[in-house]
Amino acid sequence: MVIATREQNPAGQQTSGADIGIEHVSHWFKLPNGVLQVLDDISLTVAPGEFVALLGPSGCGKSTLLRLVAGLETATTGQVLQNRRPITHPDPSRIVVFQDPTLFPWRKVWDNVALGLQARGLLKQQRQRVDDALALVGLSEFADAFPHQLSGGMAQRVALARALVNDPQLLILDEPLGKLDSLTRLQMQSELVSLWQRNGFSALLVTHDVEEALFLANRVIIFSDRPARIRAEIKVDLPYPRHRGDARLAELRHEALRHLGLDASW
Amino acid sequence: MTTTTNDVLLRANRSGLFEGVQRIGIWRTGLLAASVWLLLGLITLRWPNKEVGFSDWAFTDEFGYAAVAIAVVLTLLALAGTHAKRALELLHPAGQWLIATPLLLSTWEILTAKLGLLPTPFFAPPQSLIEVYTEDWSRIGISTAYSLRLLVHGFVIGGIVGFLVGTTIGWSRVAGYWVHPVLRFLGPVPASALLPLAFFFAPSSYAAAVFLIALATSFPVTVLTWSGVASVNKSYYDVARTLGASEWFLILRVAIPAALPQVFVGLFMGLGAAFSVLVVAEMMGVKAGLGWYLQWAQGWAAYSNMYAALIVMAILCSSLITLLFKVRDRALSWQKGTVKW
Repeated sequence: MVIATREQNPAGQQTSGADIGIEHVSHWFKLPNGVLQVLDDISLTVAPGEFVALLGPSGCGKSTLLRLVAGLETATTGQVLQNRRPITHPDPSRIVVFQDPTLFPWRKVWDNVALGLQARGLLKQQRQRVDDALALVGLSEFADAFPHQLSGGMAQRVALARALVNDPQLLILDEPLGKLDSLTRLQMQSELVSLWQRNGFSALLVTHDVEEALFLANRVIIFSDRPARIRAEIKVDLPYPRHRGDARLAELRHEALRHLGLDASW
Repeated sequence: MTTTTNDVLLRANRSGLFEGVQRIGIWRTGLLAASVWLLLGLITLRWPNKEVGFSDWAFTDEFGYAAVAIAVVLTLLALAGTHAKRALELLHPAGQWLIATPLLLSTWEILTAKLGLLPTPFFAPPQSLIEVYTEDWSRIGISTAYSLRLLVHGFVIGGIVGFLVGTTIGWSRVAGYWVHPVLRFLGPVPASALLPLAFFFAPSSYAAAVFLIALATSFPVTVLTWSGVASVNKSYYDVARTLGASEWFLILRVAIPAALPQVFVGLFMGLGAAFSVLVVAEMMGVKAGLGWYLQWAQGWAAYSNMYAALIVMAILCSSLITLLFKVRDRALSWQKGTVKW
């Protein structure tokens, strides 16, 4: 397993990746006409500094699992642990980047990035961290722009900066590149890898893009249709930075598609 | 065949598209406007007023000279070209209005003072307004000040109450449960219907009027603030909560800024409601203000005074709405494509 080297991040603090344990989690939604099971006995772990991708058909419940890990909802049965303590509510040590950038349109880019520090009352002493985070995603010149003036890729970068400024132990990525055009997407995948390597956080990524999962993650967990069960696990034993044309990646892609029942087109 | 930009420009020039651009020298619309103002002046000065059984309309000559003076100024500006660039830029968009206004005034002048076609006490010529403003300006001025004070008192209180109540019921389910039915039942009642009751209970008629204006303002502000807070994108809250936001942070930094566009719609509607309650309250019980002046002028059959007061009222209301829109544009500068007032 490849564990990212820990080094000083731009905020000058040592971060360590979170150790996440998901133990026998099942989850049901309450609907007007009964209940709907979305997760069925999921158990998996994310080691400190590890990058894990969850791959599965859309609507299978992957995003629900992320909401449980973020602490936005509580699992019906089973438990989710961070460093062996149960996760009960949201905490800035675990930051979510959603599919939509969901920047606050009334705040300038700088103020959007400052959101987490402001919410925790740290902004006055640590304004520099906001500038650093913006520099990290290459958007320093856009500090004074409003979100509606940004392109989709830029907005998602701001959302990344807004997450990273908090030095999260765990970055939860809910299809963060899903709505970007394919070129921006490839570029941002590489950027994600280098950010992850520099900062040393653990990462949990939901995606339905097989290449993306294999390009980014140490391990890819493949989910079944709803209710989601773990169907397979693929260890991506390749060093970073990876090359998209790598023969080993193509092999693993074939394997992943087979688990998803899509290898007929291979 | 290729069409170059040059070709397009040439063709546009030939068909006269650039007429206005090239001839900055003389402003034709301005000259036309000046001649219509001159016409108004001549009609007023040269055409004798019709005798209507009492002494002649005062200020007829002054009105005529004023029209002629406007004509002279417009002529000078129209011919000045680049020397009066700043003033011309301001006047240019109003060109057609500068022609229509003297035409309207001329018609008004002819129908009243010159031909006497409209019955006299109810319809007075334009110069009678000048008479009212010069002779009764202190009373109109004080009335305007009283109206403004009452309106600001009521509107500010109503706006604040409406905003607070709307935010509370938008945020708290318990508050919504208790306040919503009351709001639905009492909110739509016109505030002026409570007028007799308010004058009876309140310590003074001024306090009663403040209460009623505040009530009329608060209803739309409450409803729109509430719907604004309730319809905030839920993922904004998810984002803020994962970043470590407290409940107060969610209310003050997420819910309220997100609801602000709706709040301003509510304030706009509230201001309109406040105007009408203001006038009714002043006519019914408060012994000051423009509403009272209207009532008083009507009692003396001083219809010119009424028109004069109505014009002041129009200017007052319109300016307040303009002010509200300016504040909104400042507060919501992050939005794109807001309606210009």
